[in-house]
Amino acid sequence: MKLLYFAWLRTKLGLAEEEIVPPEEVCDVASLMVWMRGRGPAFAAALGNLALIRVAVNQTYARPHHPVAAGDEIALFPPVTGG
Amino acid sequence: MSVRVQSEDFDVGLELERLGRGRTGIGAVVSFVGLVRDMAGDQPLRALTLEHYPGMTERELAAVEAEARRRWPLEEAVIVHRTGRLLPGDRIVLVAVASAHRAAAFAACEFLIDWLKTRAPFWKLEETPAGAHWVEAKDGDEDAAARWAAVTPTFADGTTGPD
Repeated sequence: MKLLYFAWLRTKLGLAEEEIVPPEEVCDVASLMVWMRGRGPAFAAALGNLALIRVAVNQTYARPHHPVAAGDEIALFPPVTGG
Repeated sequence: MSVRVQSEDFDVGLELERLGRGRTGIGAVVSFVGLVRDMAGDQPLRALTLEHYPGMTERELAAVEAEARRRWPLEEAVIVHRTGRLLPGDRIVLVAVASAHRAAAFAACEFLIDWLKTRAPFWKLEETPAGAHWVEAKDGDEDAAARWAAVTPTFADGTTGPD
């Protein structure tokens, strides 16, 4: 599973993308977020308030119960500010 | 229809001319150009850097444009959005639509920029004398986008009165 980070999530984590292999219990966006927060203090801080985070699975906006699986491209980013 | 994401500037006149070229059924072209303002709140702005999510950005812009076409009888539409480091006065975005009548063109153009601002994955980093910071999304932008949820395609038959 490939993770991408944008804007302040990228700068806070010091990471633009990474490959991860989460445990089996990670089956949707919500369980992925729970697991991600446990990966260390930087992740816990950056993902502390999920109201500030948007998630896209394979380049489409995804809600908490959207399934995730090996091979997916999952992006985490703050609310968008273009235009 | 076309959507483009690019670092280079665009020529508004050329884009509008291309939009209507060879289409004599067009009676109205409406455009919106977004510019880099020289103030970030109460701080002078030195530069604005736009980051985006390549791939998803183009998909979202195309989806927003398709939705505008579903709601209004558009002859043509174009969205051009820049990325990278821009300076005060620089152009950021162009949204332009062409239709037989002006009401559909005005409505679709406003809809496109409102939806683009809340859906297309771009992020702005402002550089001021106090430092660089990521722009926070505004509730007002969500409100502007949300009001279109209730809008039915009033102009779908193209009969919007004389232009």
